[in-house]
Amino acid sequence: MMFRRRPRAFDHELFIGTWLWIGVVVSAVLIAAGLVLFFVQHRTGYPAGRPLDLASLLRYEPNLTPALFPTTLRAVVAGTLQLRPYAVIELGLLLLIGTPVMRVAFSIVAFALERDRQYTLYTTIVLAILLLSFFLGRVGE
Amino acid sequence: MTPGVFVLLTFLASVGAGLLGALLGLGGGIIIIPALTLFLGMDIHYAMGASIVSVIATSSGAAAAYVRDRITNLRIGMFLQMATTTGAIMGAFLNGLVSPRLLYAIFGVMLAFSAVGMFQKRKEELPQAVPDSRAAARLRLEGEYYDGVLRQRVKYRATGVGGGFAMMYVAGLVSGLLGIGSGLFKVIAMDLFMQLPLKVSTATSNFMIGVTAAASAGVYFAQGYINPLAAAPVALGVLLGALWGTRVMTGTRSTTLRKIFIPLILYVAVEMLLKGLGWSWR
Repeated sequence: MMFRRRPRAFDHELFIGTWLWIGVVVSAVLIAAGLVLFFVQHRTGYPAGRPLDLASLLRYEPNLTPALFPTTLRAVVAGTLQLRPYAVIELGLLLLIGTPVMRVAFSIVAFALERDRQYTLYTTIVLAILLLSFFLGRVGE
Repeated sequence: MTPGVFVLLTFLASVGAGLLGALLGLGGGIIIIPALTLFLGMDIHYAMGASIVSVIATSSGAAAAYVRDRITNLRIGMFLQMATTTGAIMGAFLNGLVSPRLLYAIFGVMLAFSAVGMFQKRKEELPQAVPDSRAAARLRLEGEYYDGVLRQRVKYRATGVGGGFAMMYVAGLVSGLLGIGSGLFKVIAMDLFMQLPLKVSTATSNFMIGVTAAASAGVYFAQGYINPLAAAPVALGVLLGALWGTRVMTGTRSTTLRKIFIPLILYVAVEMLLKGLGWSWR
């Protein structure tokens, strides 16, 4: 049975760990910044014609227009550029949600660089299933 | 309660959830959902959205440390992830078709049996006499890590690959059907079926739950389940708690971790059995 030695030059785990760390830190900074903006400016950035008390902010009203907060990437980016507190928070949250996907993608690269065909394949399968789930999720709406 | 007080309380609760989650390989959803719905009266949809954020935050927050410390076994994680993600998609589709109460009852029973299994292993610090497995050898499901509290390098290998794979598929199904991270099922699969060292199981589970949760998170976001005011303190608190948890884990014995697991598994088993009888957090 062939045992593949990991080439010393490339540390698979450190590479992925570093990128994860960067993603987590940037997302935390964005989320914190958005919260600070919310409390300092006393606004969410998405006025829904309601007062800023806790009960209103946490009421679940799925089809309210105008919406209490954005639910598409485009709206989040647009809102962030306008420094709307909720949009900045959501940008950070989206980045956080992206970190596991990023980790899988980077793993494919890492296994490929190690010439580990077996695990490059398995990891690619996982990414494919993951992307499939995003696609199916949208279709299901 | 003012928004400020709410954010602070949620943040503090989340630190606890992140700490426990990183330590045990769970997503913290087990703690977050009850805390938000029962104690803070939040709507279940927003609680689920916050829970999925907490699973990802626990996973990514802890992962950077565990992967660097080389406790996480990436090969085992990736190989098993094929089963979990497939299960998660099928679970999401089965959502409307199968009676949820029946499913809860089945999972409750499975967890109860697992609690017994975990209890029988309660004195075990490291796995002993793991049987040979050709499948595990072909897939290179082995490794070693440095155990900070035992102060020794531990070499290990897996067995029971088929059983572990099947259990991981169930973990994925649970995740898709119930909207939780199902880290508990993953740890059980690796600990009881594949006989990996407990710390390897928890660290690898931590790695896996994030990927499973990401599959649901995109949908939750589009459906408006992720309320920024709720999800923000949860994300920040859990990240902090998870970072703290990774440090605590190195100084903790596996037997101590098992002792925390047993009541936790029982708690979730009881919760699921109750849900099977029609009760819920709402």
